[in-house]
Amino acid sequence: MTVPTHHPGDTLLIDYAGGALDEAVSLAVATHLALCPCCRLNVAEMEAVGGALLEEIEPEAVDPTSLEAVLARLDEHPPLPRAAAPVRPSKPVPVPLIPEPLRRYIGDDPSRLPWTRLMRGMDCCDIPLSRTLSGPPGSRSKARLMRLGPGVGPPHHTHRGIELTLVLDGGFTDDLGQFGRGDLSVADGSIRHRPVADEEGCLCLAVTDGLLRFTGALGLILNPFVKF
Amino acid sequence: MVRPLVPRAPFPLNAPMQDIGSPDAGSDQTLEDRLLAVGRDRDRAAFAALFGHFAPRLKAYLRRQGCDAAGAEELVQEVMLLVWRRAETYDPAQASASTWVFTIARNKRIDVLRREQRPEIDPDDPALVPALVPDRPESADRRLETQESAGRLRAALKDLPPEQAELLRLAYFEDKPHSVISIERGIPLGTVKSRLRLAMERLRKALRDTA
Repeated sequence: MTVPTHHPGDTLLIDYAGGALDEAVSLAVATHLALCPCCRLNVAEMEAVGGALLEEIEPEAVDPTSLEAVLARLDEHPPLPRAAAPVRPSKPVPVPLIPEPLRRYIGDDPSRLPWTRLMRGMDCCDIPLSRTLSGPPGSRSKARLMRLGPGVGPPHHTHRGIELTLVLDGGFTDDLGQFGRGDLSVADGSIRHRPVADEEGCLCLAVTDGLLRFTGALGLILNPFVKF
Repeated sequence: MVRPLVPRAPFPLNAPMQDIGSPDAGSDQTLEDRLLAVGRDRDRAAFAALFGHFAPRLKAYLRRQGCDAAGAEELVQEVMLLVWRRAETYDPAQASASTWVFTIARNKRIDVLRREQRPEIDPDDPALVPALVPDRPESADRRLETQESAGRLRAALKDLPPEQAELLRLAYFEDKPHSVISIERGIPLGTVKSRLRLAMERLRKALRDTA
């Protein structure tokens, strides 16, 4: 098994460890973490920073009756059972194509998803997230799966916010290099990138926190359909 | 009248705790010992001591996340109940008690304040790509290492240049990604990123330094 070579970078991982990312962006980062032991270690260290910051925060007195109130409720809250130790099967289990946490959103068989064709060789499928009660509609990030046929490149586009693309199967190549399973591409407004799917095609998770704008002639046709 | 349950001065992370009103006040038990006692024996005195230590810190944390005082009180209780219920799963070789409580509080506030799931890895997922170098198995050694590195981390945090420490606190306490911090504070995005990176580099060095 190879490990990814394109990573989210420290600042995005700090946002994840601190809990500042919304669900869609967290989903892309956490699914990358499943495939990237090195970023998992980084996040564990960043959580340790969170623990140290909590330790040195200026404490704020709690209501003196609060402890009593909690102690009185302990018996209503039996310990959560420790998860059973995973049974180690004697022969290797097949590796699911879709790692957690993405698998609990979409299952492990992308062919069964309700794909929408955007153009020849390019399909997409929106991923439902928790309903958000705060914030104006459309202000949150969106997550979708994209499926590109061999050699297919989406029309040139720019981003208002950031776009994260996590490769799940196959790969693509753009100005920044080759991206395979587990690699995460982070593109912001300054990048006008032109990814092209490799020979085996590409299945990826795409998350964007701003309106995606295709540039060029095809963009005029596609923009109404791809409202991120 | 609200009176502080703990002295205002922060505790050293792994130093003996001083607690008010708990039967074993003055003992040299660490936070980790107490958390283990709760997990192993459902030890209420140990839980009360943990409450005395963490509740005022959790309240301060939740207030900075935008909770009002009453909401923060309520959420502190919910987080401490989770500490009680999950203590059995705490592994001192993996994280300090403060780190473990921090992750519980973070996830609970995302759940309650944002009504969102927090996507996380499943450590038992067969799709998880394992580390190239497996974790060392000796649990006692690793626990000591975890405690020592937490101590070094706290020292390194105190030594950070103020502008880096300030951004780090914003990043962990204000529920805003660094791009939003950049806009709100009028600090160029590149500066925010480089300060956070520099801070993390120093802290990582402190954490990993086993000399």
